[in-house]
Order: sequence, then structure tokens, then C-alpha cells
Amino acid sequence: MIHSLFLINHSGDIFLEKHWKSVIGRSVCDYFFEAKEKAVQPENVPPVLQTPHHYLISVYRDKLFFLSVVQTEVPPLFVIEFLHRVADTVQDYFGECSEGVIKDNVVTVYELLEEMLDNGFPLATESNVLKEMIRPPTILRSVVNTLTGGSNVGDTLPTGQLSSIPWRRAGVKYTNNEAYFDVIEEIDAILDKSGTTVFAEIQGVIEACVRLTGMPDLTLSFMNPRLLDDMSFHPCVRFKRWESERILSFIPPDGNFTLMTYHVSSQNVVALPVYVKQNISFLETGSCGRLDITIGPKQTMGKTVEGLTVTVHMPKTVLSANLTATQGNYTYNLATKVLVWDIGKLNPQKLPNLRGSLSLQAGAPRPEENPALDITLKIQQLAISGLKVSRLDMYGEKYKPFKGVKYLTKAGKFQVRT
Amino acid sequence: MKVDEHQLCWYFYPTCFFPSELYISQCELYNDDMNEDLKEMLESNKESLKLEAMKRVVGLIAKGKNASELFPAVVKNVANKNIELKKLVYVYLVRYAEEQQDLALLSISTFQRALKDPNQFIRASALRVLSSIRVPIIVPIMMLAIKESAADMSPYVRKTSAHAIQKLYSLDPDQKEQLIEVIEKLLKDKSTLVAGSVVMAFEEVCPDRIDLIHKNYRKLCNLLVDVEEWGQVVIISMLTRYARTQFISPWKEGAMFDENNEKAFYDSESEEKKDQMEAKTYIMDPDHRLLLRNTKPLLQSRNTAVVMSVAQLYWHLAPKHEVTIVTKSLVRLLRSHREVQYIVLQNIATMSIQRKGMFEPFMKSFYVRSTDSTHIKTLKLEILTNLANEANISTILREFQTYVKSQDKAFAAATIQAIGRCATNISEVTDTCLNGLVLLLSNRDETVVAESVVVIKKLLQTQPTQHSEIIKHMAKLFDNITVPMARASILWLMGEYCERVPKIAPDVLRKMAKTFTAEEDIVKLQIVNLAAKLYLTNSKQTKLLTQYILNLGKYDQNYDIRDRTRFIRQLIVPSEKSGALNKYARRILLAPKPAPVLESAFKDRDRYQLGTLSHSLNTKASGYQELSDWPAVAPDQSVRNVEVIEPVKEWAPLVGKAKQRKSDEKFYSDEEEEKEEEGSDSSGSEDSSSSSSSSGEALCLFVCLKVYVFCLVTFILFRVTTPSFGPVKTYELLHHMTGKGLSAKYHFPRQPCLYQPSMVAVQVVLTNSSDHSLEEIHIGDRNPASLNLHCFNTIERLEPEASVTVSMGIDFSDSTQAANFQLCTKDDQFSVSIQPAVGELFMPITMTEQDFSKEQGKLLGMNETSETIAMATANTSSQAISKQVLSVANVGVVSSTQNDIHRFAGRTVSSGALVLVSLEMKESSSALLTINTEKSVMASMLLRDLKQALAQA
Repeated sequence: MIHSLFLINHSGDIFLEKHWKSVIGRSVCDYFFEAKEKAVQPENVPPVLQTPHHYLISVYRDKLFFLSVVQTEVPPLFVIEFLHRVADTVQDYFGECSEGVIKDNVVTVYELLEEMLDNGFPLATESNVLKEMIRPPTILRSVVNTLTGGSNVGDTLPTGQLSSIPWRRAGVKYTNNEAYFDVIEEIDAILDKSGTTVFAEIQGVIEACVRLTGMPDLTLSFMNPRLLDDMSFHPCVRFKRWESERILSFIPPDGNFTLMTYHVSSQNVVALPVYVKQNISFLETGSCGRLDITIGPKQTMGKTVEGLTVTVHMPKTVLSANLTATQGNYTYNLATKVLVWDIGKLNPQKLPNLRGSLSLQAGAPRPEENPALDITLKIQQLAISGLKVSRLDMYGEKYKPFKGVKYLTKAGKFQVRT
Repeated sequence: MKVDEHQLCWYFYPTCFFPSELYISQCELYNDDMNEDLKEMLESNKESLKLEAMKRVVGLIAKGKNASELFPAVVKNVANKNIELKKLVYVYLVRYAEEQQDLALLSISTFQRALKDPNQFIRASALRVLSSIRVPIIVPIMMLAIKESAADMSPYVRKTSAHAIQKLYSLDPDQKEQLIEVIEKLLKDKSTLVAGSVVMAFEEVCPDRIDLIHKNYRKLCNLLVDVEEWGQVVIISMLTRYARTQFISPWKEGAMFDENNEKAFYDSESEEKKDQMEAKTYIMDPDHRLLLRNTKPLLQSRNTAVVMSVAQLYWHLAPKHEVTIVTKSLVRLLRSHREVQYIVLQNIATMSIQRKGMFEPFMKSFYVRSTDSTHIKTLKLEILTNLANEANISTILREFQTYVKSQDKAFAAATIQAIGRCATNISEVTDTCLNGLVLLLSNRDETVVAESVVVIKKLLQTQPTQHSEIIKHMAKLFDNITVPMARASILWLMGEYCERVPKIAPDVLRKMAKTFTAEEDIVKLQIVNLAAKLYLTNSKQTKLLTQYILNLGKYDQNYDIRDRTRFIRQLIVPSEKSGALNKYARRILLAPKPAPVLESAFKDRDRYQLGTLSHSLNTKASGYQELSDWPAVAPDQSVRNVEVIEPVKEWAPLVGKAKQRKSDEKFYSDEEEEKEEEGSDSSGSEDSSSSSSSSGEALCLFVCLKVYVFCLVTFILFRVTTPSFGPVKTYELLHHMTGKGLSAKYHFPRQPCLYQPSMVAVQVVLTNSSDHSLEEIHIGDRNPASLNLHCFNTIERLEPEASVTVSMGIDFSDSTQAANFQLCTKDDQFSVSIQPAVGELFMPITMTEQDFSKEQGKLLGMNETSETIAMATANTSSQAISKQVLSVANVGVVSSTQNDIHRFAGRTVSSGALVLVSLEMKESSSALLTINTEKSVMASMLLRDLKQALAQA
């Protein structure tokens, strides 16, 4: 299936290659570079490319291209999903996925790739299984290894691969047993000029961090499971049980994982936490424009809106911005033409406002479209859909774990058209 | 060693030694030296140095540098004890063996030895590397290794052998026939671990041998949920192809008409309704239904590829009205990474052409954001256009208005195209669209104007009569438009409809005559065209102009234009040479032309299976397997029938999986099926009684005392009963073929175990069907080693044809995990396993109705599992219910005063947890089945078993 993998950095250098079948020369990447040239922006490179003898499927993540070469028919999503899994694994092992990190740990990455695919077919992609075979580096271990000449390859063999619970490694032991769940909801919305909602929906995800000894069997139930409309689960979740009882029952993997993602049913009206009053205009003459943005709280359920930022992708002709913000700072990047206004906490008494003038390139025609505003925000301890975890129970083990659930609402793709 | 350290430093700072201007020439030198260096390190006898060297070598390989020179030095380390070093050597070997075939052969014997290692991981990794070495000379060795590993008792090794099949096939396609035999064997494997890999091998080696799938079809369907995610994708796409050859189309006219019935059948999941459907024209094959039913839960997978493959399966196989269930999941995928969105949108685009209704409710999910990348935007636009209908067109057009203003001009142009398509498809809005497009003509951006002109041209062609105003307007704008395509389009319109704008057209031609030489080629062609048409309709005004233009064209640099000019001149200007064509010039040039059809770029993409690479590229990728049409007549269904009790696979003589599965529906792979060896001992519950196998008299005494007290307590509280009635099912433990004459069968006598109360009693019937007597039959090693098992006494001698019944006790620790142990004779050992049905892990107790209710009250909430189940009509009498329940589980009947409630009580054998089953009859042969126990896993398994038993007559 997957023949070869090339890792390519932003500027087009191949800094790692791995072949699972016979070796394919680097020149195959030239087709990709050609497409990359043409696309200008790296995001615009088509994920699937055809060359005379091969097919190139690539993903772009964290400023890196993961380019795989395939020779025969294969579901493209299969490859794409796998490539993202590779990036996830690197992230999981080293804390970030960047060229520097991969180059520093090239042998570990290579060993990981070796285990993840056999003859181009995924073999072990579960983080728990991989970590048993190839231990992630820690400072302590790297010190010990340099002193003793030890290795970071596990000397015990992974049992997880054999059991029907491949996602959990065996023999887990902790002195503090804890299970934390973060319910994170993102609001995706498009508001039009007048502030009416064109489209709004809530997507949620439950991230878990479970450090429990032995083989715990957990159940998690909600106060209002009916809110959930469509979801996807980590393989550990017993689907039958969810279908019949609306209870999440699972033997968790060890460590951090995404338990489920969900979509809140569209019947419910989405509460938008903020409103935006804006006025951006470009004058017909004099090559300048005015900008005036005010943000106020709307339905915040009594919580504070934090981490508020507004990002504006200005038209290419805007040369500079001379603005004053009543709260927070703004920056205008001349190269990328992106205006970022970092507001911080939203104070309902004194609404933050950004106003001033924009100067345009002399002689250039007036931009036709006003730029859209992208908003980010955070609200702690609130799931905007109203979803609540009612209880978490553990079976199969005798100790009492420490349990915790945290809620967070964020703006996802929240766009205001102007 | 000191020297080595020194050289190491030297390697790190090579440039210090060279003046920088010499660097280039030194570089090669340094490369050689470095290799020398690494060679020395590899040949040293210090492990850490070797490892360091290997790490650097792998670093070189990763960077794509050549390290083949080191082959001899590296290959020596292939048998090293250090696991990491060994792994790195394997990496190297696989990379360079092809180039250094002779040297690579040195390593083969190491792998051959490792293939016999008692550790399954070592066997597997040896096979993995051996099969990855692409050296043709070892093909026979590989073949042998694959054949042996395919019969290995470890499913992990068998999985590896499935991978090896593909490697060998690509190395030497001549081995195909032999490999197919191995695939056939492996397809019969029941392990979820193997299934995905062997199907992958099947797809690569012999995708056309559909006949190999028949017998395994149902098993694959049932295993599917528990196969790892990558395997699921492969199996689903293979089964899609299979189903298209084996079942008849569910899309026939009759299918729509029994829609409701179909739904009911699906919901109740029972087979009874089949009879009712007999009368209808189309009956879905139960196997077809099985596939649809078992893939549905996978729509909830976190793996986008799995979701997509289920979606395409439903698209290609499900009755039309059921396809809609995939919509939500596909829309969900749009939240994923950009690349995933791209593929999913492509597929939705194809689907939305045929089935608007599927995605219409989710229209807003396809609204474009300014931050989307261009190809995502274009695809969303495509889908929105496909979804447009009379009802939603105004919303869509409003949305399009925003897009037209986009700063991304390519996207704005695509939007205009989309508006054009909406206008032609929905006649109500044609005028609105046209007016909107005319407004765009005064847009400042050229691309937008050009695109509008082109689209207007196409629209006007469809209904030219009313629109002379628009043509006039365009003529006015003509001077300001510079995009050649747009200018050409306007000129063509003028010419085509010159009779509607009789005054303007000649004037435009006059202007064009002035600028002819400066125009682009496509514009010039259209000028010639316009001139010709005007000459025919209005020769008085334009004769001279036309002559002039034709003369200009005659001497143009472009041969196309010279060509066209010559042709037009002959056609329109009458002369003695021009023949018969002249008469028809008008009919040729001004013939009514059919309007162009504006249609989706995804229109005929549905010839490719959805979700495939071919579909994504819109060309046939190599290795693409065509999806066949439904057969007109269903092929024989019985080919998929398999005997209920599968004989022990003769090719895997040591795999004693002679357990019988009562239900095929699985719950987490039905609890650790694969733990045949080295399975982690995960579920060992720490009951006091289970530790009694340890030695020490005092402890023994203590345990005995405890057991006694425990028994006493249970006796006082609820008397443990032996069932008055218990159907006995016999399971095969060891087939006489595999056991070299020794055969063993076992059943659960449902009596309290004599040896320890936490054990389940098992009776084993040993038969000697060989022609010689067997000696010293006893139980050998067990797995997991901590398995608490009471063995029977060694049977000294078993004569031919004689049989003997022995009893054993096994502590299953309240889990259905199989107990694996070895049955030994004097000369042989056979691995066997006993997997209990969940119902056998209970012992019955009697209690009063009051006690029952009281205990039930304590076990609510999480400890209660209940479900409304369907009852077979034959099972409604209380006697029948008792019979069915007792056949499934070893529980006791609680006498009841209410007629419609049946109660049963038991305890789990190992931990003594109460298990209360109550069945409340409802009207119309359904009942509420409730199980109260702390052991929720057992409860849900028991519920499933009971549900099945009660649904059967």
C-alpha cells in the first residue's frame, strides 16, 4: 500500500526518507515540488497527485509535508489518516512535531516508522503498543542511556498487540490513580454583516487523561445524552452499550487519548457568547479606510470570556493601520497583511473597542470586499451546549481513583463577515 | 577504546582540521574516513560503540545517503543479543540486501534459527525481516517459512505470515498458486488479528478468486467490529466487491415498495419477518443484510478511512432509503484535517449529484469560509450547486453573492460559473441570475467580468429572444473589457444575434477592424467570425469592413487565423471558384446552435467506486478493481453455509480452539480470544479463595476455613441448589485427528465443584480412537501460568476404543477468558482450551420472592442492565421460559406469585456476586429483561445470550 515516505520541510528539503518496499528515488518528489510551486500557499497543494508511475498523497502539518508514494489503487483516506497518525505519534513522543525534533531523534523516528508499517500496511499504530516497544525519550533516561549505554528499545515485548484490548498496555502501575476528563466544545459559526447567524453549530470532544493501575473498566454517563447527535468513539468504547444505554463503557488506554467527539444536534439553538459590532469601510478617494470594531458579551451563562482575539486578513492593498484599542494590543503584519487584536478578558462593563484608520496603497483600486473577522475565545468551566457528565464509575479494580471533569468552551471556526 | 573515543570527536568536528577553502574536496575524503570510522566502531567489541555506530548508519539511511559500503561490517552483528542493535541491523539489512545479495545470504541462517524460537515475537520479527529481504535466491526458503508460520499457534505470527505473502508475491509472482493455498488456509483463521492482513494479501495476490471468500463471508462480517481499524478498511472494500457479485440488486422497483417492512426487519433484527416478506418481489439475502448490519456501527469509528469505507459500502450496496444513514457521519468528517475534507468533499460531490436529498439538510455545513484553502472552497461550491433546488435557491444565491466578492479571484470566478449552472438548472431563477451577472459586468476585477461574460453568453444561448438589452449592455462595456476570453465571447454573441442588434453590431466590427492586429488570437478568430456573419446578414454596411478584415487575417502570423480567413472567404464571398458550399453559407454559419449544457465536473465520477484513489483522480489507477454490476439472478446462496461446529483445523495441529461459539455477536472480541500464549493476565481477581493453590499448611487450613465459612454463609442466606434440570451441551476439546487418536469432549455438569467452591466443574470424556493404547494421560502446562485448575489424576492407560470420564475444576475468575492448558500423553502434548459461556460461570441459588426484591433494590443504577427483547411465540409459557433461561445460564428459578414476571437467581462461582435475572412479559411477544449484578460485563454478556435464546423457538 504505502511504498515510501518522505518528510519535506517548508522550504522544500527532504530531510527524512523511509522505504517499506524497494527504494524509490527522490526524484519522484519533483512532481510534488512542481505542484507546490504552482499552489503558492502550502495549504493549496492538492493532497493527491498523479505522476506517470506513482501516486503521491501528502498531508501538510506543522509546517511539514508528509509525502507518501503509492503505486496501486488504495483508498486515499487510508493513507491520509495514517500520515496524520504518524504526525500524532511524533507529537506524542517528543511533545512537538517539527523538523528540528525529528532530526534530533531521527533514529527513534525511524524505528517508529519501522514498527508502524510492515510492507506498507499498518502494523502497530496504537500509542500504547508503540510505547512498549520503543520508549519515548525522557531526560532521565537519556542521561542513564549515555552513562550505561542502554537503549530506548523496550526489552519486554509488547503484549498489547496480542490481546483484544490492543490500546492498553499491560502491567500499568501508578501510586496516584487518577482519571481526568476534559469536555471541550467548539462553536463554529458564520455571522453576516448585520450580525445575524448564517450558520452555527457546536462540536465537542472529550479528551481524557487516565492514569489508573491494572485493568480498570470505566463507565461515564451524562445527565443529558440526548443532546448528542452524532459521535465517533475511540475503539475502546463499547458501542453496543452506548446504543442501548447511552453510557460510555470502556477499558481506557493508558495516558492521554481522545475518548469521543460529538456533534450537538442541530435542533438546539446555539448560544453565541459574544456579539460583534463592526464597521470597516474603504473610501473611494484618498486611499484610506476606516475600521471600528466593538465586541460585547451575549450569552455567556454568567462566565467570563477569556482569550479573546480578533484576526483580520486585510486586502493586499492595505499598507498600514493606525488604530487605537481601548483594551489589549493590536499588531499588523505588513508581510502577511494580517491584523491581530489580542483583547484578553472581556469586561462587560467596558466593552473593548478598536478604531482608527487604514492607509491603502496609493492609486490602487478600492478593495471590493471587506475582510472577514475570525474570532477566538475561551470560556472556562462551561460547556456551551449544556452537556454535563453525571457520573464516572470504575469497575474491575479495588482502589479509589481520583476523578475530575473539566469543561471548556472555545470558538472554533467563528467568522464574522463584514 | 581510547582511540575510538578520539576518532569519535574527530568525526564530529571534521571541519576544524581543514581550511575552509579545501572543504569541498575534503568532503569526499571525509566521507570515506567516516565510513572507515563507523566500520571500526562496528567491529569493536564494545556494545555501546556498536550501537552508536548503527544509530549513525540509520541516520545516514534516513537522510537518503549511501551507506552500502558498510554492509559486511553491519551484517556481522545480525545475531547480536542487544535488541535495539539487532533492530537497527534489521533496518539496514532490509534497505541494502537487494544491492548486496551474496553478503545478505550470510544472515539467512540466523533468521531460520529464529523462526523456531519459542518466543512468538522473535518468530514474527524473524519472518518479517526474512521476507523483506528482496533476494530472489531465497524464495524457496521464504515459501517454506511462510507455510510454517501460517500454521503457527500464535495469531501474531500468522498475521506476519499474511504480510509476508504479499512480499513474496511481489518478489516472485510465479509463486502465486502456492501462495493462494496459504491464503486459503489463513482466510479460515478465526483470529481478528489475522483477518485484516490476510484479506490484504488476498487483494494483492488473487483479488479475482471470489470463491475463496464464500465460506468465510459470515465469519468476516461477524469479526469485522473487532478487527483493527486498518484491517476494517480493507475487509470492507473487499466485501463490497464480493457483495456486488453475489447478491441481487436491492434497488429494483419492488424494493421501494416494501420499504416499511424492510425497516421493521432491520430494527427488530430478527429473522422471523422473513416469512412476511416472502410475498414481496424483492427479499434481501440475509447475508446481504448481515453485512449492512455489521458495518453500521463502524460509522462511529474515529478513523476517517473506516467511516468513508462504510459510507461507500452503503452507497454501493444498501437499498436507496438506507443510504441516508451515512450522511451525518460524512458531514462529521468535514471537521477533520484539510486533506480529509478534500477527499470527503469529493465523494460528497459525486453523491450529491445523484441524491440531492441526502445532503440537503446539511447544506450549511458546506458554506465556504474565507480561510478554507482553494480546492476545499471549489469543492464546497460544487456541492452547494448540486444541492440547489427551487426551495433553497434563494438562500444559496445570497450565499454566492458573498463569495463573488471574495478576494480569492479564482474562487470568485468559480462562483460565477456556479451561478450560471444554478440559472440553467432552475428556470425560476434564470432571470435573477442573469441580472445579477450583468451587474457583475461593471466589476473592477477582470477575471470576474470575464467569467461573467462567458457565463452570460452560455445563458443567453439557452433563451436568446428576450435578451437583446443585455447584449447591448455588453457591447457598451466592450471597450473596458480586456480579458481575451471575455472579448471573444462578446464578439461571438454579437455575431450570433446580430439581427437583434442591427445597429450596434456593425459598429463593433468597425472598432475591431481598427484594433485587429493588436488582439489576441481567440479574439481575432471571433472577429473574423463576426465579420462573416455580418456580411451574410447586412452586406450593405459591412462589405468593405469584412474585406479589410479578411485581408488582415490573410497575412496574420498565426496559421490558424490565416486558415480560418481563407475558409471564410471561400465560403461567403461568391467567386467562380467557390462551389456549391457558397449557397449554404448562411445555413452553415447561422445555424441554430444547441445551448451548452452546464454540468458538474463530478457528473460521471460515479463510474469509479467511491472512496478510491481512482475516484479522487478521476482516472483509473493501476490495480483498480472494477465494481461489477449486480447479477440478474442471485448466485447460489448455500455456498456461504458452513457447518455449525467447525472441525479443528487440520493445518494447525496444535491450535486447540475447539470451543463452540454460541453467539457470533461479539463484545470486545469476546473477551480475549487471542490469548493463547503469553496473554497478559489481566483480569485476575484477587479473591481470597483463588490463592489457595499456594503451599503451606497453615494457609491451606486458613483457606479451608474461609471456604467453609463462605459456604455456611451462603447456605444460611440462600441455599445453593443443584439444578433439577439442566440441558447438557457437549463441546469438543480435542479432535481425534489432531490428538493422534486421543479425543476429548467436555461439558459443564453444573454441579458445585468438589475441589474448591470458586471453581467451575467440568467433566471431560477422554476417548482413545487410535489402534494402540495411550498411556499417562495428564494435564501439562497451563496458560496463564497462574490459572487455578484442579487436574484429574493421571490416567495410566487407556485402551483402544475405551473412554473414561474425568472431572476437573477450573477457576475462571468470573471471566469468559479461555482456560488454556496442555493435555499430555506419554509421547505427545496437545494445547487445548476451554472457554465457558458466561452462563456456566454461575451457580443457582434459591431465594424467596421478597428476598429477591430486596436484593434487587440494592443493585440498581449502574448495576442494572435491562433491555426490551423480542420473544419467540413458542417461548411465552413459563415452562418454556424456564427451559430457555436455564439452558443458557446455570441459575435457579425463584417462585413467583405474579404470572407475568419470571425470576431467576444465581451467584457467580468465583466471587459469589449475586446475579438476579427478571423477565417481565409485555404484550405482543416482547418482554423486559433485567439483570441486576455488580458484574456489569457479565450482565451484558448474559443479557445477550438470553436475548438470543428467548428469540429462538
